[in-house]
Amino acid sequence: MQVTAPAAGPIVSESSERVAGSNFELWSWYFFRLSGLLLVFLALGHLVIMHLVNNVDTIDYDWVAARWATLGWRMYDWLLLSLALLHGMNGLRVVVDDYVHRHGWRVVAMSTLWTLTLAFMALGTLAVVTFQPPGR
Amino acid sequence: MLSYRGREGYWAWVLHRVSGLAVLLFLLVHIVDTAFMGFGRELYNHAIDLYRQPIFRVGEVFIFAGVLYHALNGLRIIAIDFWDGATRIQRELWYTVLTLFVGLMLPITYVMLKPVYTLLLGA
Repeated sequence: MQVTAPAAGPIVSESSERVAGSNFELWSWYFFRLSGLLLVFLALGHLVIMHLVNNVDTIDYDWVAARWATLGWRMYDWLLLSLALLHGMNGLRVVVDDYVHRHGWRVVAMSTLWTLTLAFMALGTLAVVTFQPPGR
Repeated sequence: MLSYRGREGYWAWVLHRVSGLAVLLFLLVHIVDTAFMGFGRELYNHAIDLYRQPIFRVGEVFIFAGVLYHALNGLRIIAIDFWDGATRIQRELWYTVLTLFVGLMLPITYVMLKPVYTLLLGA
């Protein structure tokens, strides 16, 4: 039931898309655990700050603008964005791997998945990095 | 997921997968609404107004629950992967995850839904 680390050597698989000798699955296995461990603090911290310390009644444009005046919070939000998106999309990749078997559909699913990842990564990064506080 | 029915480990896995996918779906929506910050005060505040609707507040509790379960069970998976002792007590760890999850979600739900039931009760 529990996933164990795939061997670093050649991976023999029925799926033709998993290149023998590729280290991707091993890399992915470690990434899940490392990013997951960081996300325990980053994501739960985000929820505690946004829903317990503050709440949706106090959070608005000016609140976020004031928060993003601090570089540290922008870095926190960007780290949370990238780790959560990559962890989640990699999870979706595993789900696609489990349920989509036809070669053609796998190509479609994987291309869509990585395109979406890139697009949302770009959108989120742009929002966090390029935000300019209004000049009142 | 559809043909095999196992014991605790199976349900731990199903909930991990379902909570992960649900949180990912919300993350994509949340990236879009946060991107509205770049388009000025009016648009962003208008979008965030949605999150104050009672139905969305209930949804936010479910998102909190999804992240919390995924985090706690994720720690259980990491423990099992890196420590042999944890494999032997994985079932006990699963019940620990559930106990912590319920124990934490009760006060969290109370705090987060306060505006909803004060609205309903007119208090």
